[in-house]
Amino acid sequence: MAFLDRSARSLFLLEFVGAFWLAMKYFFKPKRTVNYPYEKGPLSPRFRGEHALRRYPNGEERCIACKLCEAVCPAQAITIEAGPRQDDGSRRTDRYDIDMTKCIYCGFCQEACPVDAIVEGPNFEFATESREELFYNKERLLANGDRWEFEISKNIELDAPYR
Amino acid sequence: MAELWWDYGWPLTIMVGQSLLVIVGVLVALAFLLLADRKIWAAVQLRRGPNVVGPFGLWQSFADFFKFALKEVIIPDGANKGVFLLAPLLTFVLAFMGWAVIPFAEGWVVADINVGILYVFAVSSLGVYGVVMGGWASNSKYPFLGGLRSAAQMVSYEVSIGFVIITVLLCVGSLNLSDIVRAQENIWFFIPLFPMFVIFFISALAETNRPPFDLPEAESELVAGYQTEYSSTPFLLFMIGEYANIVLMCAMIVILFLGGWLPPFDIAPFNWIPGIFWFVGKMLLIFFMFAMVKAFVPRYRYDQLMRLGWKVFLPFSLVWVVVTAGALVAFDWVPA
Repeated sequence: MAFLDRSARSLFLLEFVGAFWLAMKYFFKPKRTVNYPYEKGPLSPRFRGEHALRRYPNGEERCIACKLCEAVCPAQAITIEAGPRQDDGSRRTDRYDIDMTKCIYCGFCQEACPVDAIVEGPNFEFATESREELFYNKERLLANGDRWEFEISKNIELDAPYR
Repeated sequence: MAELWWDYGWPLTIMVGQSLLVIVGVLVALAFLLLADRKIWAAVQLRRGPNVVGPFGLWQSFADFFKFALKEVIIPDGANKGVFLLAPLLTFVLAFMGWAVIPFAEGWVVADINVGILYVFAVSSLGVYGVVMGGWASNSKYPFLGGLRSAAQMVSYEVSIGFVIITVLLCVGSLNLSDIVRAQENIWFFIPLFPMFVIFFISALAETNRPPFDLPEAESELVAGYQTEYSSTPFLLFMIGEYANIVLMCAMIVILFLGGWLPPFDIAPFNWIPGIFWFVGKMLLIFFMFAMVKAFVPRYRYDQLMRLGWKVFLPFSLVWVVVTAGALVAFDWVPA
């Protein structure tokens, strides 16, 4: 009987007809494609994208040049030079560079940071046309922080209960 | 001089004009059919398909055309240059030659020759040379294997296609494609000859290297088969030739089994619509099936392909030729 069943199935192309029916059902289903860049998918608050150096609400930069991020960075992408600041003598970074071509976006730097200064923001669209543009310096990172502060602080707030 | 013009020059001009009309029409139609193919495939996979170039991606094929045409032609060092470049040209030309005898509507045919179907059969058989030449001239192992496979595959399935055509011819009594369509005025052949219709459809898939029989260009094993070493315009010619062949096969199915330009019912609202629309509509329906099959059928293994061709289709179609002939004689239906 199994032989007859199999023969009849292949003779009358039952599998084919079934597959056609299934394919037609899928044909009329709503499409899953996200029409990037006009539509974007949801991002988790924990998303680790482009780096940013944050400031306090009064405009003072958070980073105190403890170099924990530089120490923890597994790709050794971060370079920091520190010294007392000219006007008030407080400990600050003279130089804070991240080589974005080395960075593996592991998020250890933001975990290590005691003052939530270096964070990975939600931005992932920072492709450039040259390699040099991906060697971020302090200026660039602070500018990122200013630009993404709203999203970053919201994400930290949303993620806080899970930490 | 004037006599010479009216006797030879003018008919020639008309013929050239008609041929150009058909070729340009088919080429433009192909551009959109290629897009349709990709869109249908995408839709089954819950994707949108190309939708960036123009409204709904309608100009995608033209963008592709310019991309192909403007790229550098790379000819491998070890390739036989003459044959390497001749192969895509051959595929392209042969794919369009067949269109000369296709009747798009009553009397709308470039060459109304009385061995039309043999001509189409011959031209589509020659099509394999383009593939084999391309595979051989590339001087590379994957194209070579692809070319060999394609030769074996096309030859095997042509046999069963031949028998299917014989069955239809038995019911028609003429080799002229327009006569074949006219013979279906009472009933379209896909109803009495349904098994042959199915066999012809599947064989047409194999004949045109469409999935699930796209072994000559099976990307998971042969990179791109005989097209591997091709780039730019030669690749484009292969691509267009392949799709022209597919649409030609759609046209053949419509002519042989779906009553060509005839409306489904010869009554008022249906026979108002000109034949060309029926013809194109039916062709689109068949092309839709071609595209759907690509979307939902997994690729055959090579030995399965050969088994299907020689051990299933060949005996089956052979028996059906005998059965049809017997029925025609027994009930005295043999066409005059």
